[in-house]
Amino acid sequence: MALYSEKVMDHFRNPRNLGVIEDADGVGEVGNAKCGDIMKMYLKIEDDTIQDVKFETFGCASAIASSSMATELIKGQPVSKAMELTNQAVAEALDGLPDYKLHCSVLAEQAIKSALEDYESKKNTHKTDE
Amino acid sequence: MKRIYADNAATTRLSSTALEAMLPYFREQFGNPSSFYREGQQAKSAIEQARIEIAGCIGADYKQITFTSGGSEADNQALLTAAALGRSQGKMHIISTAFEHHAILHPLKALEKEGFRVTLLDVHENGIIDIAELEEAIEADTCLVSVMFANNEIGTIQPIAQIGAVCRKHGVLFHTDAVQAVGHLEIDVERMCIDMLSASAHKFHGPKGTGFLYARKGIRLRPLIAGGAQEKSKRAGTENVAGIVGMAAALTESNARMCEQNKHIAACRDALIDGLGKIEHCALNGDRQQRLPSNVSFCFEGIEGESLLLLLDDKGICASSGSACTSGSLDPSHVLMAIGRVHDVAHGSLRLTLGEDITLEDVDYIIQAVKDVVERLRSFSPVWRDLCSGKAKHIL
Repeated sequence: MALYSEKVMDHFRNPRNLGVIEDADGVGEVGNAKCGDIMKMYLKIEDDTIQDVKFETFGCASAIASSSMATELIKGQPVSKAMELTNQAVAEALDGLPDYKLHCSVLAEQAIKSALEDYESKKNTHKTDE
Repeated sequence: MKRIYADNAATTRLSSTALEAMLPYFREQFGNPSSFYREGQQAKSAIEQARIEIAGCIGADYKQITFTSGGSEADNQALLTAAALGRSQGKMHIISTAFEHHAILHPLKALEKEGFRVTLLDVHENGIIDIAELEEAIEADTCLVSVMFANNEIGTIQPIAQIGAVCRKHGVLFHTDAVQAVGHLEIDVERMCIDMLSASAHKFHGPKGTGFLYARKGIRLRPLIAGGAQEKSKRAGTENVAGIVGMAAALTESNARMCEQNKHIAACRDALIDGLGKIEHCALNGDRQQRLPSNVSFCFEGIEGESLLLLLDDKGICASSGSACTSGSLDPSHVLMAIGRVHDVAHGSLRLTLGEDITLEDVDYIIQAVKDVVERLRSFSPVWRDLCSGKAKHIL
């Protein structure tokens, strides 16, 4: 049996939504280099809908595949829906991850949520400014 | 696609000579060496012949070779033997190093729980112990010094003869885990004052599941497996006849070809080190000179090792890494930590260990492939971005 599913290897070899959004509405970064995984998510949001999402990841194949899949799952979705993203959904969409790699899908969920929280807090600051 | 096997420290391909030598012992000569009829006695004489050949390869007497299931068993048996001997003399102190194989470090942890004191010598940035520090560490109740001959991850070779001399001077037993050295480096247990030595057949083109422990005359090995009287009651269980015969054939062959092969392998290693060294923000792990002819070990900033390995696999290259993801724990390799690599850098490690079938063309191909893969992984690494923007400082 292979270490990873074909889906994982596909998203690892050809990650979707790779890159940076310079004028992102929300940015989230989770993990640390000490543990060997860092994910950074960039969101472009209009009318409370995720118009665009990009990511950068330092980590193993499952970390890269998990971030890639997480961006696919939330792209075009309303913010409220994206907030409901779970690590299980990420892992399932990848046709499963080895047990000891499940934390990579948790990290992907946290990265998306952290970027969404950044967006929310920026929005609230803007409101106060107005 | 052509596959380039560059993970010979993990295991090696079984040599045809060894395979041919083994085959009869699976078929016609399948007898149990403990049996009295001729099929059994033929098997018995085959393993005794193997013992003589193996002993000759390391300058030992055949009576001093005990067959085991491999390097880990030999390491465990050596430590437990020395510990039992030490305990009986009230000597409860053991010296080893911080970057030993887990087959040494884990039994040492267990011995600590039984009341032994363990001193792990610093291996410094170059991956080599300091003889003066070893001599200083020896106490009145030191019963054993165990230092690996050559390191499995970074390939550094220890000053074994000097360590042996210091131990002999102080009357302390000296064991060396020589799993990476046997069949690859010249070993003379007498000249090097080695009291015990562990070896594993599959690291020198022999079969897996076979190894041996050398123990100087006068050291009574303590059995790990009790039962029958095989191996003079030092290792119960019917002998792995084919494995032992294959091991002897492989070692004899490796030793005969060592000089010539090492020249070729070392030339390829040096070309590989020079080529990979040109990649920005990387560093060679371990001393450049005092290293195995086959070993190339690097750390690259801003990337993680498992991704590196899988992309190299896609390009036909078999390699290994000491990253956390490949070590199966949250921490990267204890060897890289022992030479002072910080976590962030140790995660981006790559080990290539060459065999005699390597060519300079392969080396060029590997250099280009590693360059491409490192560049690709860095292109979307937030760690690399921070290093490039000045937000974080380069270490390498």
